[in-house]
Amino acid sequence: MKVLVPVKRVVDYNVKVRVKSDGSGVDIANVKMSMNPFDEIAIEEAVRLKEKGIATEVIAVSCGVQQCQETLRTAMAIGADRAILVQCDDELQPLAVAKLLKALVDKEQPGLVILGKQAIDDDCNQTGQMLAALADMPQATFASKVEVADGFATVTREVDGGAETLKIKLPAVVTTDLRLNEPRYVTLPNIMKAKKKQMDIFKPSDLGVDVKSHLKTLKVSEPPKRGAGVKVPDVATLVAKLKTEAKVI
Amino acid sequence: MADAIKALVVAEHDNAGVRPATLNTVAAATQLGGEVHVLVAGSGAGGAATSAAAVAGVTKVLHADGEQFAHGGAESMAAQVLALASGYTHILFAATASGKNIAPRVAAKLDVGQISDITKIDSPDVFERPIYAGNAIATVQSLDAVKVITVRTTGFDPAAATGGSAAVETLSAVADPGKSTFMGSEIAKNDRPELTSAKIIVSGGRALGSSEKFNEVLTPLADKLGAALGASRAAVDAGYAPNDWQVGQTGKIVAPQLYVAIGISGAIQHLAGMKDSKVIVAINKDAEAPIFSVADYGLEQDLFTAVPDFVAAL
Repeated sequence: MKVLVPVKRVVDYNVKVRVKSDGSGVDIANVKMSMNPFDEIAIEEAVRLKEKGIATEVIAVSCGVQQCQETLRTAMAIGADRAILVQCDDELQPLAVAKLLKALVDKEQPGLVILGKQAIDDDCNQTGQMLAALADMPQATFASKVEVADGFATVTREVDGGAETLKIKLPAVVTTDLRLNEPRYVTLPNIMKAKKKQMDIFKPSDLGVDVKSHLKTLKVSEPPKRGAGVKVPDVATLVAKLKTEAKVI
Repeated sequence: MADAIKALVVAEHDNAGVRPATLNTVAAATQLGGEVHVLVAGSGAGGAATSAAAVAGVTKVLHADGEQFAHGGAESMAAQVLALASGYTHILFAATASGKNIAPRVAAKLDVGQISDITKIDSPDVFERPIYAGNAIATVQSLDAVKVITVRTTGFDPAAATGGSAAVETLSAVADPGKSTFMGSEIAKNDRPELTSAKIIVSGGRALGSSEKFNEVLTPLADKLGAALGASRAAVDAGYAPNDWQVGQTGKIVAPQLYVAIGISGAIQHLAGMKDSKVIVAINKDAEAPIFSVADYGLEQDLFTAVPDFVAAL
């Protein structure tokens, strides 16, 4: 069984982005970029499935600018066997990415697609579900445990109030939550090996996909600032202020 | 002239009644200025349909009943919404685990973009939504005829649960696509308010040190305040608190009247989940903790002495 793992190149989670003064977006020039943390968990899970002998091949995919090659090399250093870049300099919104992935699903026929539940830049939480709909596959989002056997995936999902378990028929789409696994550290020998692995590059037009935008960003602004309040010297003052000043208890 | 606005809210419910998040979503739909219909798809969900009909601002309730909706599976729910979609200009879900699971399937099948996690409606096709963990707010215009939206519940005050008198229309349920089977769930049962709709939240961080201490120190305070319990990602990762207690960018987004952050340093991802709270209290012995930069009241003290004192003073 092939496993397809879409990965996104995003601003590193440690970077606090700044809104551009002209309101056209956030400033990402000279900012550290990394693989979306949820996608790193997805790659790790796919590689573990291969190590268990369940997956035969792990294919990492990224849609975006040329520099996404670095993200794909990282995915291959974690253990993906090969990579596909759909190169595009235009902004790609989740529906466009889902269509590109659908075209690659048709081409590669994976038994499982596993990807992050959301990207930490646009915080959309859409792509996996959209791909599942377009490919007419069942989905298990926000996974904290995945077991694959006999043509089914049994997935524990994080839901409001606790967890639920679904058994879905493969091929299927799984999106990862934080506690699914802890990705391994990438070692230098594996980074070197990853450089030699195969990477195919396509354009959206090669896949016959129209990547037009469905949302237009009119402006990006700073959120309202919340100022620091006061430090209180002791618990008695705190309780008094909550009762008489804030009136919340 | 554009078509008249007609919004469909996909209700979240427990079959007996609608969940609080549905009230916030109806409130957002009402702001669009047209008719507001609510879809209640469930299994034995007559009670939920009746409660939806009583929500202020709702003009019609559509009730579809079938075993396939018993656990709110994305495939069945999306199929039911799609069967109705053609009559609507806006389809709204709460941005909860359930809404986020279903909405993108609907959008993709309609070949439209989805507008996730809206916090404000500027016009029927212009919305505001936080990006980058709430460090920026994007104002976006939908270019599609149908807008599929998830609503961040903290951005909209809930619609009144009573006062409406909408008609309930029964629909035939669409067939189960049959590719997904519900195996079971572990939903924690307790008497505490739901995290996302609680008026007061007591939230703990890694400084609690262990699962035992987390419970021992925070539970009495939560009990006294009638609060829900939350946690930082660090505390959840360390196993001190269950996964679904996580407050933050990728966990729950909350905005209670009072948020008490105990032993939480205040990473930007955590602040993203709680900085819209009305009053924030931080208790932390580290004077430099970033949480103090958003706290209305900061108490720089060891939590293991401060919290028991807090409980005693209430």
